[in-house]
Amino acid sequence: MLQYLALAAILFAIGIFGVLTRRNAIGILMSLELMFNAANINLVTFNKYIGPDNLTGQIFATFVIVIAAAEAVVGLAIVLLLYRNWRGIDVDNINLMKW
Amino acid sequence: MEANASQLVFYLLSFIIIISSIYVVTLRNIFHSALFLILTLFAVAGIYILLNAEFLAAVQVLIYVGAISILIIFAIMLTSQLASKKISQSNEQVMIGVFVCAGFLLASLGSLANTVWRIVDKPLPENNTLTIGKLLMNEYVLPFEVVSVVLLAALIGAVVLARKEGA
Repeated sequence: MLQYLALAAILFAIGIFGVLTRRNAIGILMSLELMFNAANINLVTFNKYIGPDNLTGQIFATFVIVIAAAEAVVGLAIVLLLYRNWRGIDVDNINLMKW
Repeated sequence: MEANASQLVFYLLSFIIIISSIYVVTLRNIFHSALFLILTLFAVAGIYILLNAEFLAAVQVLIYVGAISILIIFAIMLTSQLASKKISQSNEQVMIGVFVCAGFLLASLGSLANTVWRIVDKPLPENNTLTIGKLLMNEYVLPFEVVSVVLLAALIGAVVLARKEGA
């Protein structure tokens, strides 16, 4: 079981690195997807090894996938809007709401 | 013998996942990193199969590989005119990012090693998809309905955000 959890931790750490260092908004969204996947691996692992009586963890992971899809749709719509208004999706330049 | 084979498959899959996810966050060409993201998602589906979650593996391939990555590639192609390969795709925080990421990794691996896990050695219910369907329609019917409303809200929100002004 520990190996799966360690894999999920490594994947999550790589996702954090991507979110912190990517300049492109789409790159940040892709790193977010990596982090969602790490969380899902954790949920399914705990489901198998800690609570195998029912499939609650897998249900939870299904909901996480659905919410991730909704998040990707709204996020990419925002990215397209930014591209139209700023002619670029470099998140360093998008500081309209920063004081 | 079977345990050894699944160990081998696990190490192969995790090697693919780690290498290609590092490519996802570091490659300069954002389109290539989207392709590596697809490879990572496929390998995660393989991990689900190793963990006896066949339904989830199918959902992963259908939604992540089929829908989300196509969406991401569409967005990259729509916004790619300015994304020249010469521009660096990462900002000045690479060192801080490495530190934060290594700190998180050390903390989580340390707590993994120091926790006493109460492992229950029982097989999962047979007929994965059937059980999930029954659970979704009985115990989790309220979240199931709420999530459909969330999807509708996301759909309408995306349309409102992305349409042209005044159109």
